[in-house]
Amino acid sequence: MVPNDRKYTRDHEWVMVEGSIAKMGITAHAAEALGDIVYVELPAVGDETTAGESYCVVESVKASSSVFSAVTGTVVEVNEELDGAPEMLNEDAFGNFIAAVEFTEINEAELMDAEEYEKFCEEEA
Amino acid sequence: MDELKKTPLYEAHIALGGKMVDFGGWALPVQYTSIIEEHKAVRSCCGLFDVSHMGEVFVEGNSAFDYIQNLVTNDITTMTPGRCRYAVMCYPDGGAVDDVLIYKFADDRYMLVVNAANTAKDIDWMKQNVMGDVVIRDESPLWAQLALQGPRFEEVLRAAGYEGEIPAKNYTFTENNIVAGVKCLVSRTGYTGEDGVELYCAAEDAMKLHAALMEAGKPIGMLPCALGARDTLRFEASMPLYGHEMSAKINPVECGVDFAIKFKKPAFIGRDELIKPAARKRIGLKVVKGLAREHMPVLANGVEVGFTTSGGPAPSLGGNYAMALVDVNVPDDAEWTIDVRGRQLPCEKVELPFYKRG
Repeated sequence: MVPNDRKYTRDHEWVMVEGSIAKMGITAHAAEALGDIVYVELPAVGDETTAGESYCVVESVKASSSVFSAVTGTVVEVNEELDGAPEMLNEDAFGNFIAAVEFTEINEAELMDAEEYEKFCEEEA
Repeated sequence: MDELKKTPLYEAHIALGGKMVDFGGWALPVQYTSIIEEHKAVRSCCGLFDVSHMGEVFVEGNSAFDYIQNLVTNDITTMTPGRCRYAVMCYPDGGAVDDVLIYKFADDRYMLVVNAANTAKDIDWMKQNVMGDVVIRDESPLWAQLALQGPRFEEVLRAAGYEGEIPAKNYTFTENNIVAGVKCLVSRTGYTGEDGVELYCAAEDAMKLHAALMEAGKPIGMLPCALGARDTLRFEASMPLYGHEMSAKINPVECGVDFAIKFKKPAFIGRDELIKPAARKRIGLKVVKGLAREHMPVLANGVEVGFTTSGGPAPSLGGNYAMALVDVNVPDDAEWTIDVRGRQLPCEKVELPFYKRG
């Protein structure tokens, strides 16, 4: 279920690192917990992100949830498709990134691999 | 969740996979599968809600009529037995104690259906204002209430084995109907903006009635529906929710429920204040892009003129909307925005209700 080609945060975000670019999104577990997602307040290209701080707000029918960045850096790409089709995060959370960030800092020690993340979700439940 | 109150249908919610939440001290499902799917089922087919948390307060005695006339904003003079009427109970300053649905059984016997979280407060208020020969009795724990809402509700009732008269007109009710062997009071009422009924039965019969209606609705695609859809449905139909569009600090005139306020009635609690011109009014806004929720500042031409009372998606219409309480003097053609976390989201002012049944 949880792809092992990326890392995970304790706030249920995923981050996939390729060179100096980190692609980030939310996990299927997060999307499931949020319920129907109806709007994604995307960051803009050029925005600065700070590891551990919010860079995006996901709105479900019932609640607003901050999405936290796993890295410090600059947004170089956002998934504009989410603008018109936020439900894509419910349909395929791992297949749809929110933003790609060219990062200067990543706190690897805070991140979990797929196996650790699955265990973390089980413990949380 | 153990300390929370449970409705007689708690086990049914668990069995149906309901996502349980603390709703004003009650353990109730916020959704079963998807709020949007449940919402759409009610608009296009039918949905079944547990609203047993609502309070049922009986008012009886020779002074019951005079007592209620004084207690609420609406006029019950024209009510005959078998009718329901929406009204608001106000404080002397016009603020709302609660909005209620009045059922008339006889000149000396009425039932007031009140909001769950307000039940204790309402009963205190009702007792404080007792006059003449009247008895206030809280029967909330004895009753279960199911709301069967959507254009195909009647098919579901028939399929469940309905013996009795289905109330034909909106805001009427019939008693002693037998549905799947369970005795029910059935009213042509609801809180979704859709056609439908609400069924009241003894708490101990609730599981049986719920199971029978679920079974009867299955072939046509009826869904069990929960609080999340109840809120999006009432929001889309722009029905006020106590604590949001109306409260002790937002009176019913500001809320815009003029149809339920009868100034022709010479006296009722709050009348002297409510009759004065209101400084604020409830309006509808369509958010062009983005999403606003409650308690966000509303600006007209860059000046703060009020706040949102509810906000979110309108699943049947598409797009995101908000209801807001604003200064009455703002012209409609102002440039409206809602301040969402410091960003000004442009809005179009639109008529209420957002959704009207076709």
